[in-house]
Amino acid sequence: MTTVYWAVDNSLTLIGRGVRMSARNVEALLMAVMLPVLLMLLFVYVFGGAISGGTGYVNYVVPGIVILCAGFGASTTAVSVTRDMVEGMIDRIRSMPVVSSAVLTGHVVASVARNMVAMAIVVGVALLIGWRPSAGVADWFAAVGFLALFMVSLSWLAAWLGLVVKSVDAAGGSTFAITFLPYVSSAFVPVDTLPSWLRGVAEHQPITPIVETTRGLLMGTPIGDSWWIALIWFGGITLVAMTGATVLFRRRTA
Amino acid sequence: MDAIRASGVRKSYGSHQVLDGIDLTVPAGSVFGLLGPNGAGKTTLVKILSTLVRPDAGTVVVAGHDVVAESFAVRQKISLTGQYAAVDELQTGMENLVMVGRLRRLGRRASRRRAAELLERFDLVDAGRKLVKTYSGGMRRRLDLAMSLVTGPPVIFLDEPTTGLDPRSRQQMWSFVRELAAGGSTIFLTTQYLEEADQLADRIMMIDHGGVVASGTSTDLKVQISGERVELLFADERGLAAAVADLDPSRVVDRARRSLTVATAGSAAEVRELLDRMDKLGATVDKVAVHRPTLDDVFFALTGGSSR
Repeated sequence: MTTVYWAVDNSLTLIGRGVRMSARNVEALLMAVMLPVLLMLLFVYVFGGAISGGTGYVNYVVPGIVILCAGFGASTTAVSVTRDMVEGMIDRIRSMPVVSSAVLTGHVVASVARNMVAMAIVVGVALLIGWRPSAGVADWFAAVGFLALFMVSLSWLAAWLGLVVKSVDAAGGSTFAITFLPYVSSAFVPVDTLPSWLRGVAEHQPITPIVETTRGLLMGTPIGDSWWIALIWFGGITLVAMTGATVLFRRRTA
Repeated sequence: MDAIRASGVRKSYGSHQVLDGIDLTVPAGSVFGLLGPNGAGKTTLVKILSTLVRPDAGTVVVAGHDVVAESFAVRQKISLTGQYAAVDELQTGMENLVMVGRLRRLGRRASRRRAAELLERFDLVDAGRKLVKTYSGGMRRRLDLAMSLVTGPPVIFLDEPTTGLDPRSRQQMWSFVRELAAGGSTIFLTTQYLEEADQLADRIMMIDHGGVVASGTSTDLKVQISGERVELLFADERGLAAAVADLDPSRVVDRARRSLTVATAGSAAEVRELLDRMDKLGATVDKVAVHRPTLDDVFFALTGGSSR
């Protein structure tokens, strides 16, 4: 009982730390927001005409941009975990009577909070440039919950990558795959416009069902099987990344 | 009571033997200085003593608990100030201290009170409200040390506490360490600086390539490793024996050379006094040699010529 109490108390302290530091890391937050916003403007105003030949492209692309935004945010999470490793903060915490899972929990929860804020800002800009979602209140709640689950799995993955690499610079690049995957998914163009070999990749990677579910919730497009495929991906990624991160955390610090 | 007792501590990473059977004891309330060049194994040893790294072999008991079997109990009684100031740049000094207090289970209010006390003590009252990224190197180090003292642990590990500090900040760190020692804490500190170990430590151990090169009190070691030394070469064994019996224990005897070496400040008066004393004993001194090794010579000599 007391172990659980202190595990929660330690986690809360470190979540507070993560959230405080995230809120003050203006550069990282700007990057997490500016990049997706710029890409959104680029896709809507530059490529949009050619891609869909009409004004409807903004409505198609925004859910994909929100997913892309989450990918950029993951990089900051990996960097902050690596920084704690190499700069001695984890050694300091581990030499104290602290429940060790609290360290990664602190990073993951702060990462989810930070990225939900970044996504909200991106959504705000999207509304300004003419994005018109068809979602009702229930759909919005479902979408926020769905994206939060996505962010949890992505944050664990980023924390794991942050422990795998050995320098802060490498951490920044370690999440490259996460930021690249949306380009070969249905985020920016419908999958059936891709050449058949690439279509196979796009249809079987996690981003496509995630984007399709988000788009379905916000824009009312058909979701089909996408939602449960996405949830299985979340569960799988979270389980594997969490286990990997926990094992590596013990080994790296033992 | 010994605050730290280690025997036969070994650790290797892959085929690289980092620590090769280290034994040491640190009596409670004393300051222990671990001296050695970069890569000697100092940090690995500190990490083992402070529960962060498991030894491959050997036993370590800190504050009455085994570091492997009872690591949690050890952690309640120690603090570790690592080689690089482990402070959060994006938190204020106050927030860093309160965080440590809460992690160490002090509770919110007690943590705040303790943080305020420590800011006062380490001359960081104004800085306490500012983000650490605006701090100077010396201020960071002070905060770093303050974070290690939040619960006043009985055993304090300081890994190269003054590396990279300017002379003035170094002096300041030294006086904090002395205050802690005076307050009864056991302090285990590592350093690359002979002077630092000399100034602060009751007992010094010098390691290189994972093994012990020399150990003893600062006075013991001075003869071997620092300062000026006067070597008296005696005409016969009897003279040497008389001198050995008469002089304080901080001397080095070389029976083959029939010589005895003592540390001195190197002044003519001291040498004269020494010779007068030998006369009174009836010990005939053949030759007097003054050795004046530089610190680097000593370091090279005792560390087997490894680079610093």
